[in-house]
Amino acid sequence: MIARSMQRNGLILAAFACAATLLVVITARLTAEPIARQQQQELLQVLNQVIAPNEHDNDLYQSCIRVRYEQLGPPPQAVYRATMNGEPVAAAMEVTAPNGYSGAIKLLVAVYTDGSVAGVRTLQHQETPGLGDKIEIRKNDWITSFDGREVRAEDDPRWAVKRDGGQFDQFTGATITPRAVVQAVERAVRVFKQHQQDWFRQPANCNEPVPSTVPEKAEP
Amino acid sequence: MNEYKELTWQGLWANNPALVQLLGLCPLLAVTSTVTNALGLGLATLLVLVGSNITVSLVRDWVPKEIRIPVFVMVIATFVTVIQLLMNAYVYGLYQSLGIFIPLIVTNCAIIGRAEAYASKNPWRRSAFDGLMMGIGFSAVLVVLGGVREIIGNGSLFDGAELLLGDWAAGLRVELFAVDYPLLLAILPPGAFIAMGFIIALKNLIDHYREQRAKQPAKQVTRARVTAQ
Repeated sequence: MIARSMQRNGLILAAFACAATLLVVITARLTAEPIARQQQQELLQVLNQVIAPNEHDNDLYQSCIRVRYEQLGPPPQAVYRATMNGEPVAAAMEVTAPNGYSGAIKLLVAVYTDGSVAGVRTLQHQETPGLGDKIEIRKNDWITSFDGREVRAEDDPRWAVKRDGGQFDQFTGATITPRAVVQAVERAVRVFKQHQQDWFRQPANCNEPVPSTVPEKAEP
Repeated sequence: MNEYKELTWQGLWANNPALVQLLGLCPLLAVTSTVTNALGLGLATLLVLVGSNITVSLVRDWVPKEIRIPVFVMVIATFVTVIQLLMNAYVYGLYQSLGIFIPLIVTNCAIIGRAEAYASKNPWRRSAFDGLMMGIGFSAVLVVLGGVREIIGNGSLFDGAELLLGDWAAGLRVELFAVDYPLLLAILPPGAFIAMGFIIALKNLIDHYREQRAKQPAKQVTRARVTAQ
């Protein structure tokens, strides 16, 4: 008798699990394309914020290359190159900080060819509202404190939050978030300084308007 | 009192999810540092609560009671995920302001609490209404708590409202007094616990006062407060 009811309940539970999974999968499939489009539009706006339109004369979005560096987060990452009269000016990298307070933080880090930071913006994050979300430009101008900063050659102790002896403010009640962002930006600047020569020589190779629609994996 | 009136009374006051049932405290205490955030979480919770109550109520006849909790958890998680995906795809502006609150809702026991206590035993219309009222009750407490903490901590009200409500709301911001350093205690979670304690105390005080007044005139009392649940 008990075995019977256990069997029945197990089956019902399994049926609900299947239905629930199916529903989520279908929704994820259907929404993958519009979500990708929204993110692309957002990216275009942000690109214009970190590299001012009057500093370059090429189409940033079209001048994109895919690169693979472990230091920038899960590869591949996109790099958008800015040039003026064919001369390299700056590049904006998509960077992931893996160690935010609640998961990865996606950033866009733009660096001038002299190695100074042109601008940083947050693309995507899940930090705590009211505490860690001050990394968004809409909520706080903290993210602009990177503008113009440079990374010294070897080990640069200034690239840390103030609590760790560096030059960047932490937030009240949230140190982990800014710490993760500072470290990610520092890594990005180092990668840029090391590889920018190569990057500006490569032909653009990621310029389909929407990355073709079959989604490999839905974003969480 | 008919059923709907009763549900309204229960949700907004007598059985308020935040003040009486003390459910969903984790997101409540974490997010209410400003009125805007409080309103954001309140709205998102309200939507999910109505939706999950309806869904749970509709499937309640197919769910044996031994496995109802895991089924409800699945239903709610699915519902929240689907809403998040849809918002991300089609109302991106709203998603940007409300989106960060949605994952917090999955951990909100107010939702499974209502599914278990009400929606699993009642038809969908009443369950939806129950969700609505509980959601409004929850949001009201959030907003009050957010207001108190924002005033004490930052000296302002409606800071950042334009992010949630659109650009017209930028004018809503009120600077009550200028602070050089925000009062940390009010902004951090301990401050939320303390403020919450005072609000609950105030509610109990009002209830006590009402009871006293109801007792005095006549001996056979029609009790205004119904605590049956």
